[in-house]
Amino acid sequence: MPLQVRGEVLDVRRAGSYYVLSITALGIPEQYRPGHFVTIGIGGEESGLILRRAFAIHQVQSRGVYGGTLDVVVGVQGKGTRWLSERRRHDTLDIVGPLGKPFILPKEGVPCVLVGGGYGSAPLFMLAEQLRERGCRVDVVLGASTEEKLYGVLDIKRVSSMITITTEDGSSGTKGRVTDVLPDIMERNNSAVVYACGPMGMLAAVAGIAAEYRAYSQCSVEESMACGIGICMTCVLPVIGDDGITRMVRSCVEGPIFRGDLVRWDEIGTIPADALGAPALDMS
Amino acid sequence: MFGRGIGSAAAPIPNIDMTAALASLAMPSPVLTASGCAASGRELDQFFDITKIGAIVTKSVMLRPRSGRPTPRMCETPSGMLNSIGLQGPGIEDFIEVDLAWLEARGARTVVSIAGESVDEYGKLAQKLRTAGGVDAIEVNISCPNVSDRNQVFACDPEMAANVIQTVRRQSDSQTPIFAKLSPDVTDIAAIARSVVRAGVDGLTVINTALGMVIDVETMRPALAGVTGGLSGPAIRPIALRCVWQIRQALPDIPILGVGGIRTGLDALQFILAGANAVSVGTMTFNDPSAPMRVHNELALALQERGFGSVSEAISYGHRGADIFEVVGEGEIEPE
Repeated sequence: MPLQVRGEVLDVRRAGSYYVLSITALGIPEQYRPGHFVTIGIGGEESGLILRRAFAIHQVQSRGVYGGTLDVVVGVQGKGTRWLSERRRHDTLDIVGPLGKPFILPKEGVPCVLVGGGYGSAPLFMLAEQLRERGCRVDVVLGASTEEKLYGVLDIKRVSSMITITTEDGSSGTKGRVTDVLPDIMERNNSAVVYACGPMGMLAAVAGIAAEYRAYSQCSVEESMACGIGICMTCVLPVIGDDGITRMVRSCVEGPIFRGDLVRWDEIGTIPADALGAPALDMS
Repeated sequence: MFGRGIGSAAAPIPNIDMTAALASLAMPSPVLTASGCAASGRELDQFFDITKIGAIVTKSVMLRPRSGRPTPRMCETPSGMLNSIGLQGPGIEDFIEVDLAWLEARGARTVVSIAGESVDEYGKLAQKLRTAGGVDAIEVNISCPNVSDRNQVFACDPEMAANVIQTVRRQSDSQTPIFAKLSPDVTDIAAIARSVVRAGVDGLTVINTALGMVIDVETMRPALAGVTGGLSGPAIRPIALRCVWQIRQALPDIPILGVGGIRTGLDALQFILAGANAVSVGTMTFNDPSAPMRVHNELALALQERGFGSVSEAISYGHRGADIFEVVGEGEIEPE
């Protein structure tokens, strides 16, 4: 069950073009499973920025001198994320979490491939650890537009069988996109499950490749959301249900992890005509 | 210091009579949720005990399941947000079976918000609710800006608004109080208020969102897929407060549920002083999921600090000294 807690910032450090915040968040790390996210209030009680910002949980420590702590990776995109990047040790933050449905892990030790776009790699670290504990082979592909927008290359090496880097400008690893190298990796390792987190376009392409190789895919989507707890209905996307019916589902509570083959990627930003409750077709 | 969540629970609870009433709906607190900002209460029940606040006002439900509008549906604005959800929901039958049943079992008071595309649809919705359990009041959303034809917002036309209310009144259990939710996007909100009161409404919810717009300067297109959307949050609080004040001046006895950008107990107090009998915490619940409970606690403290023994003593206290019956004009309103 999600909690609302007052966290204390323990540390803010730069990592490439990102900031990693370590925060105390009593009760949240204890419930954490890879794929969960938190929302953070911006600017304090009088803030004019009223919407919480959502972040995938990157790392947790359930014990230690500070009790439970968690790390999030922040990319500065606007006023809210800039404010967060300017927090300092001992500042307090309003944290809600853990939120969302986590990644589903295979029961057996099957080969897996983890794909992260930009700081979309953040939730994959502890996922990789847990997959390794289950005896899974873990291949990792990290991609970004340029080297400084990659996150955690060195750290994730420790928990992966093999790591492949792509950058669109060729500043690190293979020049190109994650989807340029993914088919080879899947072919070579007979990957059974693909886990992905990153921009929608990347997720759509990764889900397509996974389907081609008849692999199960788990994609963590990033839809803009106002509340993160399921009450505002802003973060919806078209997803096919068990009954074959497409619904506009909330990515905060029914996601953010979805099976790649059930998301209607090309129709995100639209209401598919056959979605439940779609406007009647204009026959005139 | 964050006065929210865990913090607020620890504060001493002042000895203030916090009971409130909206027509025949009696509540242990004057703080409710707002339609569209609390779903059907289940999610918020994880953060505070929803039976402790006044009532859950559920998201406006329509006759049939509805997918709403495409994304992006939301855009942050200074001290507020713009939304064009487009009334996404499960439809009345599923709502009664799942959401309303859950709320009743949970023991929460429930104000069911309904929205129709025609007068006839509002009537059918009221009919369905007549036989359903757990309906403590009906809020008639005649003011949603996110309908297909924005020129057809019922709350912008006194006659159309009255038609809807008459129909809902006829189709509803006579014991169930009916509130009309009004739009601020009118020239004379008191005139609309008078019209729906004449049509038989038991109370007024004041206000819905104000229609607004943002253009994304990167794409150089409207930020919302729906082009325009409803503005909510603290940005509209002074407008909402003005509407409550004006309606209270025009109609001294009609129960008013004040809504619009309430974030703290002091904000809630402003609405009560302006004439609201109870208040809804809406958009700020997105900011702080404990907000309705926190506002209740902060309001109790604010009342105590000002020497009030109860919420009811503070209602319309901001009007003292003025003869509020004088402003009615033309003598056409008979106080209830």
